[in-house]
Amino acid sequence: MNFRLILDISIKLLFARFKQTIVAGVGVTFGIAMFIALISFMTGLNDLLDGLILNRTPHVRLYNEIQASEIQPIEGSDDYYNAQNFVHSIKPKNSKKELRNVSAIIEALRADARVIDVAPKVSAPVFYNTGNIEIAGIVNGIEIASEEKLFHFSNYVIKGQISDLTNVSNSIFLGKGVAQKMMVDIGDVVQITGAKGQTSLLKVVGIVQLGLADLDNTISYADIRTTQTILGEGPSYITDLQVKLYDIESAPMVAKEFKYKFELDAIDIQTANAQFETGSSVRTIISYSVGVTLLIVAGFGIYNILNMLIYEKMDSIAILKATGFSGLDVKSIFILLSMIIGVAGGILGLLFGYVLSEVINHLPFETEALPTIKTFPVQFNPVYYIIGITFALITTFIAGWFPAKKAASIDPVIIIRGK
Amino acid sequence: MMDKVLEAKNITRYFEDPIRFKVLNDVSFSIERGQFVSIIGKSGSGKSTLLYVLSTMDTDYEGELWLDGLKTTGKSGNELARIRNEKIGFVFQFHYLLAEFNVLHNVMLPGIKLGKHSKQELEHKAMEHLKTLDVADQALKSPNQLSGGQKQRIAIARALINDPVIIMGDEPTGNLDKKNSDIVFDKFKELASAGKQTMMVVTHDAEFANRTDRIIEMEDGRILDTSTKIVV
Repeated sequence: MNFRLILDISIKLLFARFKQTIVAGVGVTFGIAMFIALISFMTGLNDLLDGLILNRTPHVRLYNEIQASEIQPIEGSDDYYNAQNFVHSIKPKNSKKELRNVSAIIEALRADARVIDVAPKVSAPVFYNTGNIEIAGIVNGIEIASEEKLFHFSNYVIKGQISDLTNVSNSIFLGKGVAQKMMVDIGDVVQITGAKGQTSLLKVVGIVQLGLADLDNTISYADIRTTQTILGEGPSYITDLQVKLYDIESAPMVAKEFKYKFELDAIDIQTANAQFETGSSVRTIISYSVGVTLLIVAGFGIYNILNMLIYEKMDSIAILKATGFSGLDVKSIFILLSMIIGVAGGILGLLFGYVLSEVINHLPFETEALPTIKTFPVQFNPVYYIIGITFALITTFIAGWFPAKKAASIDPVIIIRGK
Repeated sequence: MMDKVLEAKNITRYFEDPIRFKVLNDVSFSIERGQFVSIIGKSGSGKSTLLYVLSTMDTDYEGELWLDGLKTTGKSGNELARIRNEKIGFVFQFHYLLAEFNVLHNVMLPGIKLGKHSKQELEHKAMEHLKTLDVADQALKSPNQLSGGQKQRIAIARALINDPVIIMGDEPTGNLDKKNSDIVFDKFKELASAGKQTMMVVTHDAEFANRTDRIIEMEDGRILDTSTKIVV
């Protein structure tokens, strides 16, 4: 088959109906551009929303749950060995929230190849004192270096330097709501009362905004040592170990393993946040279906144009077949014609899609939840462009296939005799 | 024995619509190389149908068809397309030039499809044919800019481009006035005598037919007379 000749005829036919060809091409361009823009934006949004949870949540959290002892004293008694017992009104044992032997556990976790890092945390229920009023809240004692590494703490800081948390002694980052209620700002000193009644004076070095009003109205961050002091506990007092893993999918298994290994309670991110993946996948499905719908509509446009062209060029097709072009040649001519529209429209669509994504990427988007985000999130991923152009080629091929098949089966005798 | 370019053996063709009807009834004849043959007959006599069967475009017949020593009956569509491309030149009542290509390109198209000669050679050949047909000066125009007679001559040039063993015409002068009709006929005659080109033309123009070497007259799907000339 003489490809150059086939291509030549396709292009000539294409120019014969140039306006309609442009319209068909624009359909493809529009479809692809919208697909690219939509999917890039949706994925950007997905990542952002997932990040809200994923970035803040440890993959595995190790802690001591307040619960009743699993083994009651009577079970240890030899007198009632092998007997049934019924114990009513069991109360939780007087165990501390403190994790035992915590430095050894941290060392073991950091040596584990699956673990990115561990961020120890002390959670301290406190009262913020302002005038006569006491506001109930929680101070999270954190190790700022690991907290930043694992949870991008600085993303939520709207005022102040995170390094001040360790550099300035007895310093605190207040939640935005807390700071507003107490009417304090950076440089002011606030008074905080711990659960056991001891009072501390802390210097405000920063304001954080987590984006959830409930949290922003109660939570503050301080250095782990400072928090231990507020609670009147020693330097080994740690209530939570937050672990991040290289493979988030393995979290449930790892959590179970750690639970037995370290004799602590462990909860994994999937159990803690079962709902968030559903939202992501629904948004992705919507983007893909809208994109594919647009492309199918564009495909119908091409199908129509080609059908019209074939009716109009019946004579030409007949004479081509009479003078020795086979059905396959004729079919190739029209499929090629469709593919030219698809490729040209598709490439333009990729370009416009990119431009559109850039525009969205620069639209202002301010949200309480993410103080560091200023514009709409857009993910630029070459995979979407590859998917887009592949869709375009498949759609235009199919849209070209049926009219081309019809053209190939035209009987030249009927046309020529009919004149 | 003469060299048979085309041989039809017991060709029978039915039309199914609206009722089964025998259009060609056991037609047998042959054409020798260099002959200028006309097929005449009243409308409905089956002469056009016969032409399309002979042209290999219509394959729905019974009997056998031989072209240039090769049996074409039973060959696939693609093989037949190739045979038409190489061995048969067509001139129809209507010119069927492609408006998207210029005159020269129209003439060259079957040649490019055959791929036997380079583009330069084809261009040269096409120009030679256009010159013989006195339309060389129109070579770069679009077919739409030409008169009916000119278009028909270009269609003849296109039929000649692959040096076919036979040229088939279906009322090639049917749409032309007397003057153009004469020009086209003279060209046919010239080709038949000078280049030993075999030609077979379906016509209802008795005057045209009378000037050919041989007349095949058809009636009701049968050949009445295959050799003699008739005077109407």
